[in-house]
Amino acid sequence: MNMRVAHIARNTFREAVRDRVLYNLIAFALLMSGAAILVGQISIDIERLVVVNLGLTAVSLFGMVIAIFIGIGLVSKEIDKRTLYTVLSRPVRRWEFIAGKFFGLAGTLVVNTLFMAAGVFAALLYVSRHFQHSDGWIMVALYFIVLQFLIITALALLFSSFSSPLLAAVFAFSLFVIGSFAEDLRGFAAMTQGVTKWLASGAAYLVPNFSALNIISMVAHEQGVSRQLIFYNTAYALIYTTMALSGAVLIFERRNLK
Amino acid sequence: MRPPGCSLSLRPQLLIIFYSDIASMAAIEILGLEKTYHVGFWRKKPKCALKPLHLEVEDGEIFGFLGPNGAGKTTTLKMLMGLVFPTGGSARILGMEINDPRMKAQIGFLPEQPYFYDYLTARELLNYYGQLSGIHTDRRKISEILERVGLPKDGDVQLRKFSKGMLQRAGIAQAILHDPKVVFLDEPMSGLDPMGRREVRDLTEQLKREGKTVFFSTHILSDAEALCDRVAIIHQGTLQGVGAVADLTASVQGKVEIVWQGNTVPASIRGLGADCHVTGDTVRAVIAEVKQDAALEALRRERLRLIALVPVRTSLEEYFMHKVQDAEQAAAVRV
Repeated sequence: MNMRVAHIARNTFREAVRDRVLYNLIAFALLMSGAAILVGQISIDIERLVVVNLGLTAVSLFGMVIAIFIGIGLVSKEIDKRTLYTVLSRPVRRWEFIAGKFFGLAGTLVVNTLFMAAGVFAALLYVSRHFQHSDGWIMVALYFIVLQFLIITALALLFSSFSSPLLAAVFAFSLFVIGSFAEDLRGFAAMTQGVTKWLASGAAYLVPNFSALNIISMVAHEQGVSRQLIFYNTAYALIYTTMALSGAVLIFERRNLK
Repeated sequence: MRPPGCSLSLRPQLLIIFYSDIASMAAIEILGLEKTYHVGFWRKKPKCALKPLHLEVEDGEIFGFLGPNGAGKTTTLKMLMGLVFPTGGSARILGMEINDPRMKAQIGFLPEQPYFYDYLTARELLNYYGQLSGIHTDRRKISEILERVGLPKDGDVQLRKFSKGMLQRAGIAQAILHDPKVVFLDEPMSGLDPMGRREVRDLTEQLKREGKTVFFSTHILSDAEALCDRVAIIHQGTLQGVGAVADLTASVQGKVEIVWQGNTVPASIRGLGADCHVTGDTVRAVIAEVKQDAALEALRRERLRLIALVPVRTSLEEYFMHKVQDAEQAAAVRV
């Protein structure tokens, strides 16, 4: 990786780690895992299913909140506080700044996910007393959750590069909600005709397909995941992330930093 | 050392010419740089922040860029730093375009009222900026820089605990950390106490002694007068004057102080608009230079003994006010 991108990424990671809000969110996620144990104990015979479902949902939701919450401020905060001036007056290109910010937050989210995943596995071990072979699929579900984080981080950066933090948060959160129902939107588009079909299909393919990346229920029911799905989801997430980041760079390259 | 882009087959004479060109090259060349913003939500109206600006700053000089708030100083600096894109014109720093990363490795910039990553310590901040500038910053080098800006014991303190003056010092430290050839300082004295301002002045002079070019914007005229080899005055986006402080102040219609023996002021001298003060048996009158002959003639007529005739030195502040008022009057006439 370009060294300047790496330095900016490291600094972004350091900022996130030293941000107290982040610790609150992690504490909440750990509480959710604890709650999963409690709910699991009162769910006769389906403890494992409840723990996996609740635990992974907590990892996903809190990760999304962190990605949106921090992502929307990555660029706008640097402009508002004028910290960007002393960065861009050095031999740093604007795309390097965007890339560094992205990798920094993505790294933070991966580390957070690892911590929260450890909490989920600890809860699972507590209720099941032992791990089983199908628990390996939980790792795939976590991998897909990380892919979702990459997409939402890139989108938050894209919105952050041209709008205020509040608007960027609204846009990113709306896309997260709509994207979580992307499969339903595609189903709706298939049932309609004429202009409505065009509009619905356009919207369905434009929004990120988070529902395809959500296999929490599948792994909770101990179902396996095909290699093909892993490959397609990886390719989809990487292409979508690259496109959103390219959009962010294109906008940011032309922006006057008043 | 071989100049970049030159082949070894060049004759020595050509190399000498090449080097002499570099030696005489201006550190900063601003060639008609201009900026117009479009303001408003629906029907956007153009607002001119900077009219075509032509300026040259010589290598190794301290250049003051003066103007009241909103004059266009910061806009100019932001365009030179590549933070704002010009509407027209161009600029070169050290002979390179303003967005050339090679050039940016050789300049330092302190923005106005700097704010830095407050979760970092001063040492971490300087280390980060050093990395971005592509230099190796070890603990000793950072300690030296912190010592130089008056923060020798604050290296391990988080910037969120810094006062405004300390932040300004940290800002100066990051601007000179990588030993740049040209240093841009936007209002470097702002937020500093008299002691701090003196230290920044000393530091700026030290940078000049090291052969660096310093371009700084300020509205504190006494600092500019004390420090600058040359200044430029900008008002409402238009350059009002540029030159050495002494040359600029000499260009303003001067005044003279006439001192004579006596305790009365003849009516003919009062009629010339003289500002008179009587102390004991001496009268001091300050009068416009153009009325000097008439005043001396009046003294001769009244048979008063002339003691001294001294030109009153115009301050940069007077020159500045004169230029700003001229610009405002011209703008009012246009309206």
